[in-house]
Amino acid sequence: MGRPPKLTSAAALRPHLHDGMSILFGGFMGTGTPPRIVREILAAGVKDLTIIGNDTAFPDTGVGLLVANRRVKKVIASHIGTNPETGRLMIAGELEVELVPQGTLAERIRCGGAGLGGVLTPTGVGTSAEEGKTKLAFDGVEYLVERPIRSDLAIIKAHLADATGNLVYQRAARNFNPLIALAADFVVAEYDELMNVGGIDPDHVMTPGTLVDALISAQEP
Amino acid sequence: MDAKHLIARRVAQELKDGDVVNLGIGLPTLIPDYVPADVRITLQSENGFLGLGPLEGEPLPNLVNAGGKPCGMIPGTAFFDSAFSFALIRGGHVDVTVLGGLQVDQHGNLANWMVPGKLVPGMGGAMDLVTGAKHVIVAMEHTTKEGGPKILERCTLPLTAAGKVRAIATELAFFRFIEGQLILCETAPGVSVDAVRAATAAQFAVAPDCREMCLT
Repeated sequence: MGRPPKLTSAAALRPHLHDGMSILFGGFMGTGTPPRIVREILAAGVKDLTIIGNDTAFPDTGVGLLVANRRVKKVIASHIGTNPETGRLMIAGELEVELVPQGTLAERIRCGGAGLGGVLTPTGVGTSAEEGKTKLAFDGVEYLVERPIRSDLAIIKAHLADATGNLVYQRAARNFNPLIALAADFVVAEYDELMNVGGIDPDHVMTPGTLVDALISAQEP
Repeated sequence: MDAKHLIARRVAQELKDGDVVNLGIGLPTLIPDYVPADVRITLQSENGFLGLGPLEGEPLPNLVNAGGKPCGMIPGTAFFDSAFSFALIRGGHVDVTVLGGLQVDQHGNLANWMVPGKLVPGMGGAMDLVTGAKHVIVAMEHTTKEGGPKILERCTLPLTAAGKVRAIATELAFFRFIEGQLILCETAPGVSVDAVRAATAAQFAVAPDCREMCLT
């Protein structure tokens, strides 16, 4: 039996969605978050999710919809200020929020995808971000040891894709997407436009197709 | 000139031709309007590009600034992912970052990301920017809305980074940190050193050549 084809429908994601799972998402205030995939996660009715990405967007955008619809148990993000629902649920004790400096979050995900045990960063030294973390000093500079992040699922927004899974991102929608493609057990990408295999200049591929398990069209109703 | 525009105009004088600059949301975004034409700076947007520009005409898809708002890009813009973006920031490839502050203290500490029990939006990229940029300028109004001091002996709010601030620009004064000491270098037009002192809760020295801001 060969590998299943990557080009698939949103409904085919259902077996990969379950309560309590962790999801890495691309996006910066919704730009670069795959809306069709988020809609499928909502429709699947899964709950108690841990979602990990830069921010929780707005209540009606990106992963903000998952928060506003009470599907999320825990958020790991650098910023929640643009989605009042996140803050409200956090204060009400219904949502756990772990705030991570944005550059540290990017590196933790990169480590998770790159087989590294962690990263040393000066960011957060002398602040509340160092609480509970190991500190190391080299050449007179203090660093925090930041541990890797991986997840069950990564949801990616690409602009171009081919059937092998090669991806090209558009403008500021790239952000965390190339990082999460390495850091999850199952990786699904939503594309705007499907190219013939060979139609993307190999020099322009931003995420190689071997990392991508499933492809869904943004135009799928 | 209102306080915010005065501050932006003064900070613009700190930027040098060729600088890579990251501007926080709010007041700092006014600064490019005051950069002289012969000083070419490149704006870094921490969501993933160098070449941020003003929005002109219809917004392009997937082109937003670090506040999530539609923006423009200049010819020669380069996009990258978030790990690369923060490698630029932490790696010392950003010359200047300008951001707002809730509190700054005489030790160069900055607090600008949360007020416990009230405002917990998250630090976003601020901790990395203040830690990694070569030159950190805090651009803020001198006092709180209630008139209380924001430049203190010691910050009481949770810090964004420790000991990294290099300059403070307010509508009353321009300070630099020189060899670990807070120095008053300039006062705003019509503002006396005593008036600055009355609005400031930090210990600071007055530079021997302390002068009035030149804002023309």
